[in-house]
Amino acid sequence: MTKTVLKGAITSIAILAGAGMALAEGGLVINGDLELTTEAPAADHLAGHLTTVYSGWVFRDSFTQAMEMDDFDNPGMLFVDAGEAMWNEPAGTSGKACADCHADASESMAGVRAVYPKWNEAAGEVRTLEMQINACRTENQGAEALKYGKGDIVSLEAYISMQSRGLPMNVAIDGPVADVWAQGKEMYYTRTGQLELSCASCHEENYGNLIRAETLSQGQTNGFPVYRIKDSVLTSASGRFVGCVRDTKAETYKIDSSEFVALELYVASRGNGLSVEGVSVRN
Amino acid sequence: MKRIIPITAGVALAATIAVAADITPENVAFDEYGAVAESLTGVAGDPAAGLVAMETKSQGNCFACHQISAAAEIPFHGSIGPSLDGAGSRWDAAQLRGIVATAKNTFPDTVMPSFYKASGFIRPGDGFTGKAGTEPLPTLMTAQQVEDVVAYLLTLTE
Ligand code: HEC
Ligand code: HEC
Repeated sequence: MTKTVLKGAITSIAILAGAGMALAEGGLVINGDLELTTEAPAADHLAGHLTTVYSGWVFRDSFTQAMEMDDFDNPGMLFVDAGEAMWNEPAGTSGKACADCHADASESMAGVRAVYPKWNEAAGEVRTLEMQINACRTENQGAEALKYGKGDIVSLEAYISMQSRGLPMNVAIDGPVADVWAQGKEMYYTRTGQLELSCASCHEENYGNLIRAETLSQGQTNGFPVYRIKDSVLTSASGRFVGCVRDTKAETYKIDSSEFVALELYVASRGNGLSVEGVSVRN
Repeated sequence: MKRIIPITAGVALAATIAVAADITPENVAFDEYGAVAESLTGVAGDPAAGLVAMETKSQGNCFACHQISAAAEIPFHGSIGPSLDGAGSRWDAAQLRGIVATAKNTFPDTVMPSFYKASGFIRPGDGFTGKAGTEPLPTLMTAQQVEDVVAYLLTLTE
């Protein structure tokens, strides 16, 4: 079963590559010099499920792929700029900016995006990057928490993610996060809603297949934040999850729920080995 | 018969009669292979109406997953499920009725949704709103739409 599906996916990648001029030859190379890993051997914990993991970039059409290959064409870069401005701007009752505590993001934030969601020892909880951003705002800056999914929080996330562009996703799944990870895995395979579909129904059993006009990817999160051409919006993984669950005709989880933290940790771990893309472009 | 009543006698009355006459989702009798011998409505299916229900996103949305050569005028056919070309030669009416009503009785772990099932879901929603729904949910297709779709599938012979 897994074999057949894989064959289907590879065929479709070949087709996409064929349609995509010389693109697939060199894979995803940004600005002509930074080569990102869009295909990697699956992590051990995926044994029996997947042998190879692919970035969502692989499944997009050549036009969308090309937009991500050049920062001048990547609309997500405007949000990175907005995030950089926020990074340096004092906010809240502390009158401090992120930069006042973390100095130069290119040093202090390098590698951060690749290991999130991650255990926070002091708080005794798993935190997504969105949670960590809000924790810094409310606890350290004295500023109000930002709404998840899109807007300012995702711009900041984009700026932080850019500092890890090209590094392999390397999320921890054991130790203190083991239970939360297991909860996320359980959710990934649970068939919800009136359509009785799980994440795996679409992104593990059917990646590379067409759902109407759209080619299903493996639903990896290494590319987040994602600029969605269709909505002209930069979204976080939590924002995407809301839409995917809703599309099974299910009651979604709240965007800032502990359930989605667990799911985000688990899904991120499925992409271990794929490059952080900084800000990616999808249709 | 039933389909004429809404026009002459009004929607409220028609709804009552339809519920009374149709086999309800919980009373559909599947055999051990997942087939359903008895018509859900007793009214012959209309293939043209069946194709409309199959194409409509809020009803069958079958083209999200299936390709049909005879329906090439409909754009974008998915590839998650097998092509339905020749389905009317491979299966008889009872088998197709069972597959469309609750495919999982025929293909145990299939991703194909159940189009005539109203309860027993995990986190049932209110359509595509993301809000909670209350079971029994309105079925994805009505009993007559299931019959219409079966009639259309039976035209797909090879
Ligand atoms: C009914 C099918 C379906 C189900 C079920 C589904 N998704 Fe998706 N998902 C899609 C489609 C279509 C897209 C857009 C194309 C793509 O990237 O696959 C998408 C995209 C995504 C993406 C963005 C990938 C990228 O590179 O931009 C993520 C992440 C994702 N899904 C996660 C999930 C998770 C987690 C679940 C379960 C909670 C889930 N999906 C359930 C259909 C589905
Ligand atoms: C989310 C995907 C999906 C949707 C939507 C869907 N199907 Fe299917 N269907 C499948 C899959 C997958 C199979 C193959 C059975 C299996 O899983 O082993 C299948 C099998 C079938 C078969 C038997 C195929 C054959 O000829 O052997 C028929 C007939 C069928 N579907 C009809 C329909 C109709 C009619 C609709 C809409 C009312 C529909 N399907 C909607 C996924 C889907």
